[in-house]
Amino acid sequence: LPSRVSREQARGEEMYAPQPSYPYHHPSLREQSYGHKVQQPSTRTTQPIVTGTSVLGIKYAGGVMIAADTLGSYGSLARFRDITRIIPVGKHTVIGVGGDYSDFQSLERIFEDLVDSDDNLADGGDRSPQEIHSFITRVMYNRRNKFDPLWNSLVVGGYKNGESFLGFVDLLGTSFTDDTLASGYGSYIARPLLRNAYKPDLTEAEARKTLEDAMRVLFYRDARALNRIQIASIGAEGGIKVSEPFSLETEWRQGE
Amino acid sequence: VAGEERRGRDRETEEKMLSAVGVQPAWATPAKAQVPEWMSEEHDMGTSIMAVAFEGGVVVGADSRTTTGSYIANRVSDKLTPVHDRIYCCRSGSAADTQAVSDIVKYYLNAHAMELGEAPRVATAASLFRDLCYNNKNSLQASIIVGGWDAQQGGQVFCIPLGGSLVRQPFAVGGSGSTYIYGYCDSQFKEGMSKEECLKFVRNALSLAMARDGSSGGVIRTCVIDKDGVTREMICGDELPRHYEG
Repeated sequence: LPSRVSREQARGEEMYAPQPSYPYHHPSLREQSYGHKVQQPSTRTTQPIVTGTSVLGIKYAGGVMIAADTLGSYGSLARFRDITRIIPVGKHTVIGVGGDYSDFQSLERIFEDLVDSDDNLADGGDRSPQEIHSFITRVMYNRRNKFDPLWNSLVVGGYKNGESFLGFVDLLGTSFTDDTLASGYGSYIARPLLRNAYKPDLTEAEARKTLEDAMRVLFYRDARALNRIQIASIGAEGGIKVSEPFSLETEWRQGE
Repeated sequence: VAGEERRGRDRETEEKMLSAVGVQPAWATPAKAQVPEWMSEEHDMGTSIMAVAFEGGVVVGADSRTTTGSYIANRVSDKLTPVHDRIYCCRSGSAADTQAVSDIVKYYLNAHAMELGEAPRVATAASLFRDLCYNNKNSLQASIIVGGWDAQQGGQVFCIPLGGSLVRQPFAVGGSGSTYIYGYCDSQFKEGMSKEECLKFVRNALSLAMARDGSSGGVIRTCVIDKDGVTREMICGDELPRHYEG
C-alpha cells in the first residue's frame, strides 16, 4: 500500500529553511529531491476521534481483574456500543485500553505481531506481564518522542509464577504499577473506591463486586460511559477469562 | 517559483524578493478573501449514507447531494461506488479524498482477486480502506461504509469513521444526515429482516435524514448486493417516502 504522503507534499508546496529554534536533525526532516534538508512541520499529534473511556484494574489474592465498558464514543455521540476494549496478550496478560479506538486497533496489531514473533521463535519463551508492560511503555514513549503518539491509556494486568501484576501506560509513555489502577474518569472517581476496597487477601468475588460497583458509579457520573461492561480476570486457576458484555443494575429512586 | 531558486531562503527573504518584482507570495492573501465561498470551498459530501446486512446480502443506500459550501455542486451524484463485483462502499466527507481512496482500494482489490483466484472477502476490502484512512488520518477527511456479500460470511457491513478505526455492524449510518436518524434506526431495526424489509428501512431512514439535513438531498440511490449480483435502484426526489413535514 502507498506510504504516507503529507498534504503539503501532495500539493507540491515549497519548504523553507529551518528557523533558529528548530533542530536540524529532527525526525520530521525530509530530504527533498534536490538533496537539501529542509524543515517540515510535524503532521502528527492528532486528535482522538472514536474514543473509549475509563478502564479499571484491581489485584486480588491469586490474580488480577480488569473492567471496561463496551462503548466507542464519537465526541458526545455514543456511536459504537458493542466494541471490546479488553484484549488478552500471550498466556499471562490481559490489557484494557481507553482513548482513540483506531490507535487501539493499531496496538492490537502490535501485540499480535509480538506474540506471533515469539511463537515463531519456538524457543520456549514465555513473556511475563512485566515484560509486556515494559514493551508497551517503550512503544508509547518512543511514539511520543516523535510527536506521533498512540492516543491511548492502557491498564496491563497479568499473573505469572504466583505473582500478580498491574501496570499503567499512557500516550506520553507515563508508566507505573500499583495494586489498583484506573484510566480516564476512573482515575478520579473510581480509584479512591478501589483503594478503599483493596486488601492483600481480597477474594475474586469481592474484587468483582468492587469493580462492578465502581463501574456503576462511573456510569452515573461519566457522560461518556455505557451501562454495558466486560470484566476480564487472570489468576492462579489458569487461563484468561474475558466475560461476555453484561449490563449493571442501576438505582434511580433518589430522583423521587 | 521552482524549488531550485527557493533553496535555503526563509519566508521573509522570499517576500522581499517577490515584492521587489511586484508579485504577491501565495500565502500573503488567503484565496478565500478573493473568491466567493462557492468557488473556493472544498467539495464536501455532507451526506446521508446507510448500509444494512441481511441473511443473503446487503442493502447500501445514499442520497445524491454534493455541496461546495452551501451551493449544490451536483444534485444527482453517485455516492455508491463499486470496489468489486459484490463489494460497494458508501462515501461521505471530502468528495476528492473518498474518490481517491476508493480508486486505490479498487485497484488493490482487483490485483488481490487475481492472485486469490476467487472473489475477495468484504473484510479484506474494509481492511484496505481502513489501512489507507488510518495511515493518512491527518490528510484525509473520509468516513466510509463498506457493504458487500461474500461466500464465506454472507452479507456484511463495516464502518470506517474518521480516524480510521474499523467496526463491523449489523447496519451502519453515516454522513452529516445520519445524526438525525440514529433514533429512528435504533427503534426500527430488527435482527433477521428480509431483503424487502431492509430496502424499506433504508429508504425511510434516508428520506427522513434528507428532509432534515441541508447537506443531504436529491435522489435516494440503493444497491442490493447478493450472491446473484447487484440491483441498482433510484427513487427520484419527488417520489421519496413522506413523513411529517411541518
